[in-house]
Amino acid sequence: MVALVLVGHSPELLSGLRAMLAQAAPETPVSVAGGTDAGALGTSAPRILRAVRAALADAPDGAVVLLDLGSAALALEMALDDLDPAERVRVRVSRGALLEGAVRAAVEAAGGGALAAVLAVSEIPPGTDKLPDDWPADGRPPG
Amino acid sequence: MSGTLVAGWLSLAAARIAAERAYLTELDAAIGDGDHGINLHRGFRTLEARLAADAAEPDAPGPLLVLAGRAITGTVGGASGALYGRALMRAGAALEARSSDRPAGPGQLVAVFWAAVDGVATLGRSRPGEKTMLDALIPAAIAFEAAGAAEADLATATRRAADAAEAGALQTLPLVATKGRASYLGERSAGHLDPGAVSSALILRALADVAAERA
Repeated sequence: MVALVLVGHSPELLSGLRAMLAQAAPETPVSVAGGTDAGALGTSAPRILRAVRAALADAPDGAVVLLDLGSAALALEMALDDLDPAERVRVRVSRGALLEGAVRAAVEAAGGGALAAVLAVSEIPPGTDKLPDDWPADGRPPG
Repeated sequence: MSGTLVAGWLSLAAARIAAERAYLTELDAAIGDGDHGINLHRGFRTLEARLAADAAEPDAPGPLLVLAGRAITGTVGGASGALYGRALMRAGAALEARSSDRPAGPGQLVAVFWAAVDGVATLGRSRPGEKTMLDALIPAAIAFEAAGAAEADLATATRRAADAAEAGALQTLPLVATKGRASYLGERSAGHLDPGAVSSALILRALADVAAERA
């Protein structure tokens, strides 16, 4: 099984997303690192490191990390620098959108997908299947 | 550089950031997300509390800087927390790697200063001229290195570094940001000081003032 790690600025956003994932793919282990150690909006390298380690402990096949915004990438990189080499080889970081990517990835992981497959589905561009095909391309309401 | 000097520096930096938090936030509101002063203030306040609780070895400046860096990365949040945390942790590691037990003077601290600045540049994938902390930190490191080469004392070397950082921060005014949140504004980021460069200069001025007091 592959686990997911959700990294973001808002703890509330991530706990809501985790609840959605638990419904869509209850088997997939999900760890979250949202907000700073002081409970404010932001990211925390120590908190991210703990979440990644928790995910790896739950998932022998590795973990895919998703992040909300690019400014989380610096703290994430610092956290990953502190992993042991044996842990690092089991981690992949997704360029995908947090919400859509996490839902796809959780379902893929629950179905037994390997690390590369979970990463790949997480990076499918969001929005491609959100609306029916006949919805106007310029975003206006149909009809 | 001794542990007490580091502790005094971080404590004065925390006070200066507390005093300037509204100004830093105002600078950030112009070109970023308006939380730089608040975030740094929160981080340095937590840092002070942690230093007070964990000051088991007050004379070990290296471990103290590493501890400070960890506290900052965990509590400031966003890019500035990661970058300041990385700077302090790299400085601490470089200081610990020195073999001598004697407090280091400016000549030996040049490599420590550069380790911190390189840590910021590498993590941020940034260079001077991109309207970031580096526009204060790199001139500061160059000035510190020149003072070290001229065998200036620590108070003089840190004062020159702080002078260079302040001048560098002022020179971010016309720059167009290409890194970080300010880069979303493109050309409109010109005409504002970079908050990270200003806070870097503030933190280095605190170091210079503490070094002058203890000279």
